[in-house]
Amino acid sequence: MLQVRNLQVHFPIKKGLVFDRTVGAVRAVDGVDLTIPRSTTLGLVGESGCGKSTVGKAILRLVPLTAGTVTFDNLELSALQNEELRKARRHVQMIFQDPYASLNPRQNVESIITEPIRTHQLRTGAAVHQRVNELLDSVGLPRGAASRYPHEFSGGQRQRIGIARALAAEPDLIIADEPVSALDVSIQAQVINLLADLQEQLGLTYLLISHDLAVVRHISDTVAVMYLGAIVETAPAETLYTNPQHPYTLALLSAVPVPDPVVEDSRHRMVLQGDLPSPANPPSGCRFHTRCAYAQRRCEQERPVLRDLEPGHQVACHFAEEIAVSISATRGGDVVL
Amino acid sequence: MSEPLLVVDDLHVTFKIHGGRAVRAVDGVSFAVRAGETVGIVGESGSGKSVTALAILGLLPSRGVTTSGSILLNGQQLLGASEHDMQDVRGRRAAMVFQDPMTSLNPVLTIGRQLTETITRHLGVKRDAARDRAAELLDRVGIPEPRQRLKNYPHQLSGGMRQRVMIAIALASDPALIIADEPTTALDVTIQAQVLELLREVVRESNTALVMITHDLGVIAGICESVNVMYSGRIVESNERHHLFASPRHHYTRGLLASVPRLDGAQGRLVPIPGSPSDVIAWSEGCAFAPRCPAVSDACRGQAPELVSSPEGGTLRCVQPAPVGMPVWSGR
Ligand SMILES: Nc1ncnc2c1ncn2[C@@H]1O[C@H](COP(=O)(O)OP(=O)(O)OP(=O)(O)O)[C@@H](O)[C@H]1O
Ligand SMILES: Nc1ncnc2c1ncn2[C@@H]1O[C@H](COP(=O)(O)OP(=O)(O)OP(=O)(O)O)[C@@H](O)[C@H]1O
Ligand code: SF4
Ligand code: SF4
Ligand SMILES: [Mg+2]
Ligand SMILES: [Mg+2]
Repeated sequence: MLQVRNLQVHFPIKKGLVFDRTVGAVRAVDGVDLTIPRSTTLGLVGESGCGKSTVGKAILRLVPLTAGTVTFDNLELSALQNEELRKARRHVQMIFQDPYASLNPRQNVESIITEPIRTHQLRTGAAVHQRVNELLDSVGLPRGAASRYPHEFSGGQRQRIGIARALAAEPDLIIADEPVSALDVSIQAQVINLLADLQEQLGLTYLLISHDLAVVRHISDTVAVMYLGAIVETAPAETLYTNPQHPYTLALLSAVPVPDPVVEDSRHRMVLQGDLPSPANPPSGCRFHTRCAYAQRRCEQERPVLRDLEPGHQVACHFAEEIAVSISATRGGDVVL
Repeated sequence: MSEPLLVVDDLHVTFKIHGGRAVRAVDGVSFAVRAGETVGIVGESGSGKSVTALAILGLLPSRGVTTSGSILLNGQQLLGASEHDMQDVRGRRAAMVFQDPMTSLNPVLTIGRQLTETITRHLGVKRDAARDRAAELLDRVGIPEPRQRLKNYPHQLSGGMRQRVMIAIALASDPALIIADEPTTALDVTIQAQVLELLREVVRESNTALVMITHDLGVIAGICESVNVMYSGRIVESNERHHLFASPRHHYTRGLLASVPRLDGAQGRLVPIPGSPSDVIAWSEGCAFAPRCPAVSDACRGQAPELVSSPEGGTLRCVQPAPVGMPVWSGR
């Protein structure tokens, strides 16, 4: 089980050519709690710049933590140093958005996949080659791919190479950061199905980072919605999509186009006004108040905490209950579609 | 019904690339758009959507390209027209909105400069009047404090605002036709919703003809009246949007619909299209989709299937299409 508590990552903003003065901070992640039970998937969604990738990197300790703890199966990742950290990293692997940029063009596929096996001394001698074949089989690449180079493959195939490399370390947790966003629509489904199959076979735990709410619904058990560095709502996937409670979740869901003209013609569109504020200078109180149609004076002053609406369903909004009542009174039925 | 504003007929665009190889990027595309109508072009990467758009506006590179067919805008032949004439077309009658506004905005000029230049060039008004008009346009596309914003440089605006500025520049010449090539692909969903709403409004209020190029079937379903599905340089199916989604008949169209997850969770396991877009055969040797098609048979090889109009409406390029009235999803 992965547990993230009060995670904060602030990037200093520096000014000056000779003397670096810190003049402020980008509050990229500003108090995030997440729990992912073993062998389940948590989908982390939100718009560009809300801090999703930074959460993923912080779990892997690829960026310095400003505050908070990250625990995986009783191992406190956030407290480890050097050699211990290096060993622990094997259990947590990352899959990236751009499969091409994340593969070394001069290494052939065998050498790419072998690297984690050797680094962590998971196999020796002939067993290494055997393992490469196994991994190629499990991601659906021909064994002949081993001797070829990344540029000889299509985008979807490259993503499979990236997945094989991640699996080579025999991880328990995989952080997939926009794993299908760069792929052609017709190829995305291949990779989504592969990730689902691997989870079933290997009992993997996934943190899936994506801005695509339809993809996230499809493969997540739990979904967390992020806005400007904080989680505003989290719930089991089915609940979040059929009974969203935070005004931002509502707006986000109602903005996603559905490939069905019957749905598109009849649904309620909640078009949000304005742009995402800067995380270097976030609004006071509720960070969503500058774009929220339901904002009241209290929202500008007091930051809402994530609170339980019902077991497993948490929301950070002062007025969630009142808003739900008013929406169902005016619309009834499905609030998003 | 009114005469179509734009009629593209049997358009071919071939690139000569080094080594003398020829790429048939667009290989016999025909469609028409009326004033006030939104027509979609959907298809995957490399299918020829952008090249079709560039050909219509005369923006293809001048070397190494051969074109044939016909592009009529209000009866005027655009294919082979002089650069001088095309500049006039782009300035007054047709405009394009690209995916990435940063590449089409000049980074060292203010938004105001770029807008007023377009306005003075095309409408021949004085600078003060052009500035007023520029502020009006920014206001129209929903940019707050437009007079202040005129002084900003492109990098000082967010991605969504830059795309609005691009639309404002497109509207500056009051064009009869707008071609939008993936105008919302780089934007967040809530900003995408704002931009789509803006485009709907422009079409409704100015009776503009809009060609919407996208790979997102959801965007198509929400904004286009009719849809052209492209594969490997050709239109393989086209229809009014309700018919296309309720009764997709080409196996590529069906494959696309079955492979995308839906927000409303209306499908079970995704059914991917096997292989990748690079697994194609030349149309001269048969159906380009044959290597990936679940319904392929001998009849699909040897020669390209003809594009035929079906009695139920729409056109179709397939020798063994799915029967009429078989949706890929059985509703919510
Ligand atoms: N190394 C860094 N130094 C300074 N600021 C950073 C750094 N990395 C990220 N940021 C800032 O932190 C914020 C969150 O970035 P992050 O990449 O986590 O967003 P994201 O949700 O993954 O967005 P996207 O969907 O665009 O990938 C952004 O404002 C970003 O500019
Ligand atoms: N200037 C060029 N020179 C040579 N080939 C080109 C040129 N521009 C486009 N092509 C080729 O023409 C084909 C169609 O490209 P086009 O850009 O129209 O695809 P698209 O459908 O817009 O794809 P995407 O969804 O990726 O934007 C591709 O095979 C592409 O490589
Ligand atoms: S706390 Fe206030 S501003 Fe924030 S989401 Fe709720 S109603 Fe809107
Ligand atoms: S012509 Fe043949 S290969 Fe092409 S889509 Fe139809 S059935 Fe499939
Ligand atoms: Mg990211
Ligand atoms: Mg394109």
